[in-house]
Amino acid sequence: MSGDLVDTGLLGPAHLPYLLRLADGSLILAQRLLEWCGHGPVLEQDIAFANIALDLLGQARLLYTHAGAREGRGRDEDAFAYWRDEQAFLNPTLVELPNGDFAQSVVRTYAYVAYQHGLWPALQTSTDPALAAIAAKSHKETSYHVEHLEGWMIRLGDGTAESHTRMQRALDLVWPYTTELFTEDTVTLAVAADGLGPTTAHLAEQWTGATQAVLATATLQAPPPSPFRSTGQQGRHSDHLGYVLLEMQALTRAHPGARW
Amino acid sequence: MYTQSMDVPSDEVSASPALSDAEASATFDARCARGEFIEAKDWMPAPYRQTLVRQISQHAHSEIVGMLPEGNWLTRAPSLKRKTILLAKVQDEGGHGLYLYAAAETLGTSRDDLIAALHSGRAKYSSIFNYPTPTWADIGVIGWLVDGAAIMNQVPLCRCSYGPYARAMIRICREESFHQRQGFDLLHTLMQGTAAQQAMVQDAVNRWWWPVLMMFGPPDQDSPHAETSVKWGIKRISNDDLRQKFVDAIVEQAAVLGVTLPDPGLKWNAARGAHDFSPIDWTEFWQVVNGHGPCNRERLAARVAAYDEGAWVREAALAYADKQAARQAAAVTPATERRSPP
Ligand SMILES: [Fe+2]
Ligand SMILES: [Fe+2]
Repeated sequence: MSGDLVDTGLLGPAHLPYLLRLADGSLILAQRLLEWCGHGPVLEQDIAFANIALDLLGQARLLYTHAGAREGRGRDEDAFAYWRDEQAFLNPTLVELPNGDFAQSVVRTYAYVAYQHGLWPALQTSTDPALAAIAAKSHKETSYHVEHLEGWMIRLGDGTAESHTRMQRALDLVWPYTTELFTEDTVTLAVAADGLGPTTAHLAEQWTGATQAVLATATLQAPPPSPFRSTGQQGRHSDHLGYVLLEMQALTRAHPGARW
Repeated sequence: MYTQSMDVPSDEVSASPALSDAEASATFDARCARGEFIEAKDWMPAPYRQTLVRQISQHAHSEIVGMLPEGNWLTRAPSLKRKTILLAKVQDEGGHGLYLYAAAETLGTSRDDLIAALHSGRAKYSSIFNYPTPTWADIGVIGWLVDGAAIMNQVPLCRCSYGPYARAMIRICREESFHQRQGFDLLHTLMQGTAAQQAMVQDAVNRWWWPVLMMFGPPDQDSPHAETSVKWGIKRISNDDLRQKFVDAIVEQAAVLGVTLPDPGLKWNAARGAHDFSPIDWTEFWQVVNGHGPCNRERLAARVAAYDEGAWVREAALAYADKQAARQAAAVTPATERRSPP
């Protein structure tokens, strides 16, 4: 555990928060997606969302394990997932929003996996080699997720009058939370400066290009830009994350020290 | 019960139109007796088709309803590893539902019709899923005992006379064995843990033991369809024989785990070379089958709600597919033809 490997140790103060932002983003989105399991609109969709959630869980586990190894304080994946409080979670607020109807779940999930789709290729040249390897593996998974969600964006946007209305409503609600993904702060600036990850400007460009094309095909309109900024990545969350964590962590925390 | 669903056109039913029904029936029985597989296009007696649709769809519904009690712990699984295993398992059960609906559809009944029968209460699913899962140990016990009993019931079906069903069962049984091992491993870990964890396991075993024994169905002397099902190779081993085999296997595994099976009458009978066990309370079984178990209403309501709330999604997907087909047709039709009146 201690720094006897060459690539251990944190590369600057932004390294750990950056890994946790990515890991928490994947975990909390997985947690939301698996709420659909057994309750989806069609059996094939239950299976598809479960598949995506499994991939996201896998990403989170790799990232936590890696973060723990770099940090060198003996924290494993479960220490990060189950024993941190709300303010220590650094996922963007987008992924903690409630599922809402299927339209809202599709729009939210699409927005985030499209973001990941721009992120993973950029991370493959990270100065953190383990992060680059996780990114390479995750990119293959995310490509499938994006394709799946794009299909639903278009099918529901350009489906019936009702599905179009629901999708536009979901977009109006969810889209303002995407601004946070591309907001520069001390962590993203340090990450870009240290060569750990891309600039937010690079990610914004990738994401905007991809999502604009899909929204156009789906006959949907992104809401006009607003001054609203969510702040989950700073550890300042919406009303919703507390309940997600309460449920996720309850059993584990009721038995401190137990193994499962 | 399913007669309104038996809407296969008569010319498709018979691949041997020259034969009389009696001759066709004799040929069919002989094929079953030789252990040949019957395929979807082959002639089959109406009651055979009917029995299979009932059995396969009931099995498919059980997989889908079975996702609910375990799904109850997806958000709360106590480690990321266990969460991953549980989600993969619940997803497998959804996959089993898919293969089985597909196998039932080869007999000429659509998935929509089968689901409508479930939602209206005409079709049954395994009663075991009408019990609640109040603790994490329930997830382990479901894997160990419920999947374990399902394997016992289903392995003989891998050789059942209807080809599509037999092939689906081979694939399913392979995955169910994984589930059982994972359930056992979950419980084994808890039994190595704290006193509270051990107590959780014992409590879950106490609650599930008798309902699991009921999964093998009523005693042989009360099983109405058994005789023809055996003749047709749909059922190969009797309910009581399967139950006995299960009890004998589980007694040893329970000893490894260190849990007590909640039956003071359970003991080795050297003369029979098998374990004796106390009589089963069949009143409870019939109560649950007939809709009065702890969770019958909830389970069905959850399925109906998912289906109803998803109606707009399915409609939109169809509408979009129609639009796409129309756009493609318009794109390949030469402009001159497009202008001519329909
Ligand atoms: Fe299954
Ligand atoms: Fe299973």
